Amino acid sequence: MKAAPFHFHQPTTLTELAGLLATLANAKILAGGQSLMAMLNLRLFNPDHLIDINAIADLATLRHAAGKIEIGAMVRQHVLLQAPLIAQHLPILSQALGHVGHLQTRSRGTIGGSCCHLDPSAELPAMCALLDADFTVNGARGRRIVPARHWFEAPMQAALAEDEFLESISIAPWSSTHGHGFAEYARRHGDYAIVGAGALLEADVDGKIGRAALVLFGCDTAPQRLPQAEAALIGTKVTELDVAMLAAEARAQTMMTDAQVTSAYRARLAGIMIQRAVKQAQGRINKERA
Amino acid sequence: MSARYFGASVARSEDARLLTGQGLYVDDIEMPGLLHVAFVRSPMAHARIKSIDLASARAMPGVVAAYTMGDFADLAEGPMPPMAPHPLIKEPLTCHPLAQTEVCYVGEAIAMVVAQDRALAESAAMAVMVDLQELPGVADARAALATDSAPVHLGRDSNLLASLHTKFGDVAAAFAAADHSLTESFATHRGGCHAMECRGVVATYDQREDHLSIYTSSQAPFMVRRHLATYLARDEQTIRVAAPDVGGGFGPKATVYPEEFAVALGALKLGQPLKWIEDRQEHFVATNQQRDQFWTLDVAFTKTGKILGLKGHGIHDSGAYAPYGLILPGNALVCFPGPYALQAIDIHLDVALTNLVPTSPVRGASRPNVAFILERIIDKVARYLGLSRDAVRAASFVRASQMPYFTGGVSRDGSRVSYDSGDYQKALDLALEKIGAADFATRQRAALKRGKLLGLGLASCVEDTGIGPFEGASLRITPKGKLVIATGAAAQGQGHATVLAQIAADELAMDMADITVEAGDTGRFPLGLSTVGSRIAVTAGSSVHVAAQKLRSKALHFASLKLEVSADDLELSEGAVQVKGVPGLKIPLADIARALAGTTGVPLPGGMEPDLAATAYFESSGVTFAYGSNACEVEIDAETGDTRVTRYVVVHDCGRMINPMIVEGQIRGGVVHGIGNALFERMLHDEQGQPLTTTYGEYLLPMACEMPNIEIHHLETPSPRNPLGVKGAGEAGTIPAAPCVISAIENALEAQLGKAAPFITHHPVSPLDVVDWLDDAQ
Repeated sequence: MKAAPFHFHQPTTLTELAGLLATLANAKILAGGQSLMAMLNLRLFNPDHLIDINAIADLATLRHAAGKIEIGAMVRQHVLLQAPLIAQHLPILSQALGHVGHLQTRSRGTIGGSCCHLDPSAELPAMCALLDADFTVNGARGRRIVPARHWFEAPMQAALAEDEFLESISIAPWSSTHGHGFAEYARRHGDYAIVGAGALLEADVDGKIGRAALVLFGCDTAPQRLPQAEAALIGTKVTELDVAMLAAEARAQTMMTDAQVTSAYRARLAGIMIQRAVKQAQGRINKERA
Repeated sequence: MSARYFGASVARSEDARLLTGQGLYVDDIEMPGLLHVAFVRSPMAHARIKSIDLASARAMPGVVAAYTMGDFADLAEGPMPPMAPHPLIKEPLTCHPLAQTEVCYVGEAIAMVVAQDRALAESAAMAVMVDLQELPGVADARAALATDSAPVHLGRDSNLLASLHTKFGDVAAAFAAADHSLTESFATHRGGCHAMECRGVVATYDQREDHLSIYTSSQAPFMVRRHLATYLARDEQTIRVAAPDVGGGFGPKATVYPEEFAVALGALKLGQPLKWIEDRQEHFVATNQQRDQFWTLDVAFTKTGKILGLKGHGIHDSGAYAPYGLILPGNALVCFPGPYALQAIDIHLDVALTNLVPTSPVRGASRPNVAFILERIIDKVARYLGLSRDAVRAASFVRASQMPYFTGGVSRDGSRVSYDSGDYQKALDLALEKIGAADFATRQRAALKRGKLLGLGLASCVEDTGIGPFEGASLRITPKGKLVIATGAAAQGQGHATVLAQIAADELAMDMADITVEAGDTGRFPLGLSTVGSRIAVTAGSSVHVAAQKLRSKALHFASLKLEVSADDLELSEGAVQVKGVPGLKIPLADIARALAGTTGVPLPGGMEPDLAATAYFESSGVTFAYGSNACEVEIDAETGDTRVTRYVVVHDCGRMINPMIVEGQIRGGVVHGIGNALFERMLHDEQGQPLTTTYGEYLLPMACEMPNIEIHHLETPSPRNPLGVKGAGEAGTIPAAPCVISAIENALEAQLGKAAPFITHHPVSPLDVVDWLDDAQ
């Protein structure tokens, strides 16, 4: 359980980083290291080059600009959890962050690291999917934007080329009157969830749902939005949501099975968690309207 | 003896050092020329070794040597000596330090690589070419005993290692006399030890002295020396084995391991010091576990809930070898009939070989398994008769007036099992009072309003502790007047240095700060056995007490000669012998020590023996029985099946407590271990014996967030079987915890489902089980 030998690089600028990625073969980027270090020690990865991006200050910025929240890839989970900007504009992200690991892991772990590693049960990629985040990708060939719906390219594989890196994630907040809900089930506090769910609801002045977003995670290899259920919610009164329909829709999604958790139990949890998330969102939206 | 320290929650003298990073664990040992070892391990549960090619590994960067067993032929050969031979095992079944022709579990060591650092050694280990011919593996102990099962070892026609049997009384008569009888089957599962510090070995050979030194993270350094000396055909005098600071043992570190031998062989062969530190991946596949026991028992009982007799049989998973003989299954049979007075039992236990890592005791060592069965049976009888669970216990307990109580069973040492002291009913009554059983129904109704199912669990237990024959101790006053206690009993974090010093400090009226303890090092004390079975307070503690009395007499005798005062008129005070009532008239212990160290040409006074020192081996011939009752509450989320233990009450009696804080630490840790066994820890393998849970993401150890506050209440019934009146406390927290939690889950489900509630016969229980039970009943 000791990593195989590798060359260590520690760039301090984005240009330097792009240059290294363009020239080095079999390189791996080290962000907060909460998954990668263990995987290196287990020799699940044997990169020839490890590029530590912790010294690049430009990756650790958090700002509110042009109506969007822009989160640098190296912003620590702990910083996000403490940030009033996030609590105010992206409250579901704050709520989800409370379930990400433990204080110790959050103090190192980054949003970019989590969104590039893409564990199927991770909360942050799921929230990015729910919030339709835009991923700003950079590299020697230039900058491009990848919308969340294209980010999850394959199981545990983000839409990044070998010479590219994730620079930042930008998210447009929902209206100040939206309701949010988050629920997950893990056997132990701080574990990756077996299944989790997020919900965002916006109502018009008549108390009818005008916008809805729902996500499940931990069920399949990537977070699953529930477009049919979302569409069905539009136009329904906030006070009259058919949560049973949502649960049925959630249970009907693709479910993984593994040595300890069956797909049937995942489906059961998916139904429960989506209901819990939606009920929270419903309660919060009502409060805003009241 | 004054009781300044005994019975007080004295702060642990180890802690300042350990908590500030000043501990010396095996991995902290550095020496010039130290090289690092990595093992090549079997990726298959069962295979024939066709060839091992070390050439590419030897050519890797930083590699100094690579060995198979054949490379050590000039030093030793054959399988390791058995630690605990048993007449029922006709041919010992132990592995080779490095497997030669066949591997019988995933993780069995095949070859070793020595390199400049561990990472290079691991890279080279991956380059060793091992040609294995895969053979069918057997992963389930029940399947292993089927007549058509594949053999776990080539050339052994049966996977049955031994059949054990215990009986007393006339079981047929007990069943004939009973109003009712029931048959139930159980599947108990326990995982591994998961000590914070994995295993580790440093070996160094001094050619000029022809002396081999081993540092090992072990509970039994003297056993390592004994069996290594046998294996190497060396005199024990030429081997020193020391257990430095050890970060937890919990049972599996009491076994002598192939890696200890292999690293020693490598150091002898190479003439350079070697270090091997087990990593967590290796710990999951190469350190002994406990795993499965399957039982089917018939119980006979009266209509008032008095249990009369038990009969039936069990299957114990031994794993691929039996390095520790039949200790673990043997323990299971000794645990019957628990805290209950039965007329008769007749129980068989078959020990099955499987292609899995060997099993050996994990905290509790079969006692938790048997407690689970007994407590589940009691709960079942209560449900069957419509009685309360405590009523059935009350009807069946051994009563305080029956002490000492001969159960009818026979102990591991052949003696008749007799419970020494205690009041089992009192412990249960106190547990029920402290958990608030009387108004539980109110809490249960309130929880239901929140959508939660609340359950109340109970479990009682008795635990044999302090098994003999001895752990000795020697005490010596240094010329500076300090006391050095040496004992063979190795410590793994229990606080031995504190409690042994407490005992001596009172007897010798010394300050604890003037006492040091040297333990678990064959270079510092001649004999030692093993820190297992909650035995050190009884054995080593009593030896310290007896040796301190001897040393005290010697100091008084010297002073009586010097001061010409009767020894009866002398007392020890603040590191000196003084005339009672005349504080000025005294001789410091330091002066006595110097005088008894001798001066050339000067006779010792009164023909006294030299040295202000004394040694004692208290013979622990009568086992002491700790006991207790636990009660807990669990809260179940009926939608997800999530089960949380929300309250936990322990009532426990380990006789006189030397240090209540340390006892509580042991109990609390033990309960956590038991809750882990009830709800979280499962070591999974596929049908072929491939382990499936080899990281802490997959193998769920309980963590602080999942633990309730654990409330502990003590009873103190002194044991009459040792001078201190103490009983062991290391495992008592674990033993009743799993049945207590499971009893609470069943109770919660019963409140919801009534008669349709399941009778729970296995652990750990997962949320998937809980939702299945809820779904099945509705």
